[in-house]
Amino acid sequence: MTSANNKLRESALKIENASYRQVIDAGNYWMHVIKAGQTLRLHDLEGNQAADMLFYNAHNPTERYSAVDTIRTQLNLYIQLGTKLISTENNVMLEVVADTCGQHDTLGGACATESNTVRYALKKKCMHACRDSWLLAVTENDQYQMSKRDITHNINFFMNVPVTPDGGLTFADGVSGAGKYVELVARMDVIALLSNCPQLNNPCNAYNPTPLEVLIWD
Amino acid sequence: MPLTKKIADNIIYQDTIPAGCHWSFVMPTGYTLRLIDIEGGTNVGMMLYNAQQLLERLNIPDTLKCQHTFQLTTGHCLYSDMGRVFCSITHDSFGWHDSVCGTCDRQLVETRWGKLTYQQSHNAMHRNGHDGFLIELAKHGLGKKDLCANLNWFSKVIADEQGNIRLEKNTESSAYVDLLFEMETLVILQGAPHPLDVSTEWPAKPFHYQILETKQSSSDFTAVTHRAENQRGLLNNRLHHLNCCRPESSEEDA
Repeated sequence: MTSANNKLRESALKIENASYRQVIDAGNYWMHVIKAGQTLRLHDLEGNQAADMLFYNAHNPTERYSAVDTIRTQLNLYIQLGTKLISTENNVMLEVVADTCGQHDTLGGACATESNTVRYALKKKCMHACRDSWLLAVTENDQYQMSKRDITHNINFFMNVPVTPDGGLTFADGVSGAGKYVELVARMDVIALLSNCPQLNNPCNAYNPTPLEVLIWD
Repeated sequence: MPLTKKIADNIIYQDTIPAGCHWSFVMPTGYTLRLIDIEGGTNVGMMLYNAQQLLERLNIPDTLKCQHTFQLTTGHCLYSDMGRVFCSITHDSFGWHDSVCGTCDRQLVETRWGKLTYQQSHNAMHRNGHDGFLIELAKHGLGKKDLCANLNWFSKVIADEQGNIRLEKNTESSAYVDLLFEMETLVILQGAPHPLDVSTEWPAKPFHYQILETKQSSSDFTAVTHRAENQRGLLNNRLHHLNCCRPESSEEDA
């Protein structure tokens, strides 16, 4: 059984050696190709900020990250150190190689204006949501020939959605904090699609959405 | 409905899907789909799409988080990505159905139970859920991009405190679950084994389904409406249906 402590591993990579750095404000998306062998770091600058992420095969975006195939393959619900992100074609897309947070969610999906009407109130339907950011991303970046059909079940880095043995599921307060990060090595060329979550109705961003930084090492 | 002569009481149509096989059909609003695990030990993989607008589909993350549940059973609604209820679970004799493990594919079936082709054993061949879904999706113009997390009826998947998961199959014959539909829905079904099934013998089992006339709607079941989220979801359905017949009407806030 894995204990909380051996799920944590710091990275040996130095920030000054990163080939790419970008701060992504809450409510914005980031879409970027990561080459096989490159390392992506997601850095929770101010703490408790959900990074909603999808990944696609850069050469054939129909092949994409699959939450259910990742869960099925590792026989575990959480994304953590050592997790291999599995595609819809059963290939390893990326692997978690460093993590100072400890556990990330892939069951809760992304916030959407429509699901906000169900979870909170009909009048919340115009509050900005991750799915809106992604819909703008796939429509603006038409070189990838993606659409709503490509918006599927994502990873919520830095988000804590514990499942209990009696079958409950809750959005708990974040396990992340200022300065925590998670690092993934790409095992194929991937398109990374991030939404820095703008949700204000639950504790996934501690009711205060803040910037994230993305860094890439060659 | 295609059949006007009732089979018995409120059963309008019924059929048995042989072990491992797949099928699809449209459920109208206000009818119940009853799934029956005839022998015990089947797994029914299911995906749902709005029959009028196929871009709208079952969304398991939205379904689980809005009802704060990991298991699906009586009283839960199955939500689309557009905040609407495809159907509610009005009765369930089994009590806990999986929705996070996906389905088996060709590679998994061959590794675990061996390759058994049509040429070798005709319709007793080993079928896999992934191909079953793709075949049924293709009948409706859908494809790989439309695959998403599916339901696995009659398969209970439990997680421990660390998130490690294991499967408990149904062992009782005649277990059933009733789904009362709240919008016209394309139902995609396949009966290949659950992907966590490690039985040594090929475990696919047939399942039976019935379509029942239903005098009630999901709003009549307190098990469904005790959750404010489901009241709001069903309100979204009412807005959707109103908008269909009166496009000039405007939405009112709850």
